[in-house]
Amino acid sequence: MSNVIEVRNLSKQYRIGGVKARNETFREFLATALKRPLRSFSSSKNYAHDQYFWALREINFDVAEGEVVGIVGRNGAGKSTLLKIISRITDPTDGYIKVRGRLASLLEVGTGFHPELTGRENIFLNGAILGMSRAEILSKFDEIVGFSEIEQFLDTPVKRYSSGMYIRLAFSVAAHLNPEILVVDEVLAVGDMAFQKKCLGKMNDVSRSGRTVLFVSHNISAIEHLCQRGIVLLQGKLAFSGTAKDAVQYYAHRAMGGAEDGASGNYVDLSQAAGRWAQSRPLLRRLEFCPEDGKSLKAGVRIGAPLTIRVHFTLPAPTSSFDIGLGFENLLGQRVFTAHSAFEPIRGHNEIAGPQVFVCEIPSLTLVPGEYVLRVWMDIGQVEVDKIDNAARFQVIPSDYYGTGKSPWNGIFVLKHHWYLADPEENSAVAPEALPAIEPPLG
Amino acid sequence: MATIELVIKPRKGWQPFGFREAFLYRELLAFLIWRDIKIRYRQTLLGGLWSILQPLAGTLIFVLVFNRWAGIHSDGPPYSLFAFVGLAPWTFFSNSVSNSSNSLITSQQLVSRVYFPRIFIPLGTIGALLLDLTLSLSVLGCLMIYYHWALSAKVLLLPIFIVGTVMAAAGVGFAFSALNVLFRDIKYMVPFLLQMGMFVTPVIYPVRYIPLRWQTLFGLNPMSGMVLGFRYCLLGSPVYWPLILTSLLMCLIFFFAGLMLFRRIERFFADVI
Repeated sequence: MSNVIEVRNLSKQYRIGGVKARNETFREFLATALKRPLRSFSSSKNYAHDQYFWALREINFDVAEGEVVGIVGRNGAGKSTLLKIISRITDPTDGYIKVRGRLASLLEVGTGFHPELTGRENIFLNGAILGMSRAEILSKFDEIVGFSEIEQFLDTPVKRYSSGMYIRLAFSVAAHLNPEILVVDEVLAVGDMAFQKKCLGKMNDVSRSGRTVLFVSHNISAIEHLCQRGIVLLQGKLAFSGTAKDAVQYYAHRAMGGAEDGASGNYVDLSQAAGRWAQSRPLLRRLEFCPEDGKSLKAGVRIGAPLTIRVHFTLPAPTSSFDIGLGFENLLGQRVFTAHSAFEPIRGHNEIAGPQVFVCEIPSLTLVPGEYVLRVWMDIGQVEVDKIDNAARFQVIPSDYYGTGKSPWNGIFVLKHHWYLADPEENSAVAPEALPAIEPPLG
Repeated sequence: MATIELVIKPRKGWQPFGFREAFLYRELLAFLIWRDIKIRYRQTLLGGLWSILQPLAGTLIFVLVFNRWAGIHSDGPPYSLFAFVGLAPWTFFSNSVSNSSNSLITSQQLVSRVYFPRIFIPLGTIGALLLDLTLSLSVLGCLMIYYHWALSAKVLLLPIFIVGTVMAAAGVGFAFSALNVLFRDIKYMVPFLLQMGMFVTPVIYPVRYIPLRWQTLFGLNPMSGMVLGFRYCLLGSPVYWPLILTSLLMCLIFFFAGLMLFRRIERFFADVI
């Protein structure tokens, strides 16, 4: 397979403060233009003292024909800048991209929609703006209208549409683009649940149709589901490139939180934690993990093994009304379990201001293998006063939980359950719904 | 379909005009013109009538103020015909410049979200105004019948002056729309400049008010020659050819200078707008 996109040493620099920093005012611009005619628009060399910021720095990657590549990264990692350069909206500062084939990009749905025009008119206008020819739009018109489910309102100006109708129409036009290379930026999170499902289905068709797709999303489960390859951007640099599954893992592990630096051994120092919100001053100080047999947390927690988490915090004033919460989230950002001290029926209270430790004992951690992010927060008088989103990260590793040598891998959690064949003499003594079942896999 | 290979790299300095690419995207230009025409008079009672009423009302005011009260006279034909023929190209020029100057900043969403030849944004607004020019020329036809003023074979030269007017309007529109992205000062400057421009263009007065030795210099304003050319072709007014030729040359210079400036600044649009 040949490469249809080649990205080489791609860099993009922005001047902080935009054009203002270059020519403070029009007056100043005129002055420079008069002093040095023709040089007023020239390169940035003359303004070396300005503040610069690299949105992208020396990015290199290739995309082969027919590949579906997902790009993940936090806000500001440079994803959108990369797509804007590939779509030719903005120029790179350095490096180049080679594109072979007709490329269409969707950085947003409904680009160029005009509120005064009717749905029908906007289909043509938007289609043309996205790069479709008139003949192409005409031949797909019925399909687009059918997909959008807005037949009755086709001749109503879109300014009278509900936001849902507007987005459905916009997505439908976009979904019927038929380029050789498609560049998509977060357009899936639109519409109601039913329509979202339809959109994902359409994306699925596209990704299976042998077309080359470059897809940026925050929705990492969508990336994992739709893409073969994944690229992780971290502060403008290419941090990882590999299979989509590995990229998502890497992203969740490296890019999301500051946890990996603080987690030395079984202690996590929270004093420098990133992603913290505190009402007045930080009160949560440290997390201490005590896995079974004094093992290291780095080795991972086996399915069903006990886990004790000691939360070190400072109580600012003597009170008995304080609580600690621990939220366990999987890589898809789903909260799989919440441990909260308010759930504890009998608890001793130490009404002394100052450093204290709240201990949470989990006798058996029945989560499926995978990586988990721990969110920790503290309430005083039922008001949240301190919270850290990515306080720690740990791995749950397979174990022989069911005693059969078979480790569970999908679903969200594990649950002890039993199977047996009913006695053929009895006619189903036990109703099937009485048995616990393992959740079906996600997505 | 042949595979298109495209290299995206930093652009520096002056750019080629990109006529080939513009040709590839020509359907989109048609759609943008069509959009502008469609939305211009949406939700108005009179609709397209407005494009006829504007020059008619202007002519009426000119006849009253300049002809009746100030005593300015035409160079032959009835003053109302004289004023109307001057107003038609000038209104087109003035609307084109003011609409196209703001066209990029009002299409911010398009500029920062999707790629197509940027030049189509100001060009589209000007293209849409050509319809108005056509309409006002047909109103002129009615006026000429009313005044029994006959057309001569000179009308065959009219396309030259229409093209010249479009080029001048486009050149100024390209330059102002691009500069407007960098400096919004342009937005406030344009109405004022256009007002001044009408007085240095022989719209309300005949060119004989200008001493002959200044007339060639007067032609440095491209619209002077275009207005005179319109009058020459439609009403048979006398002309001073050096003025006309200077203006025609200026139309070309304005157009290409505006295009070059636009192409030069274009690469900053998405970052700065």
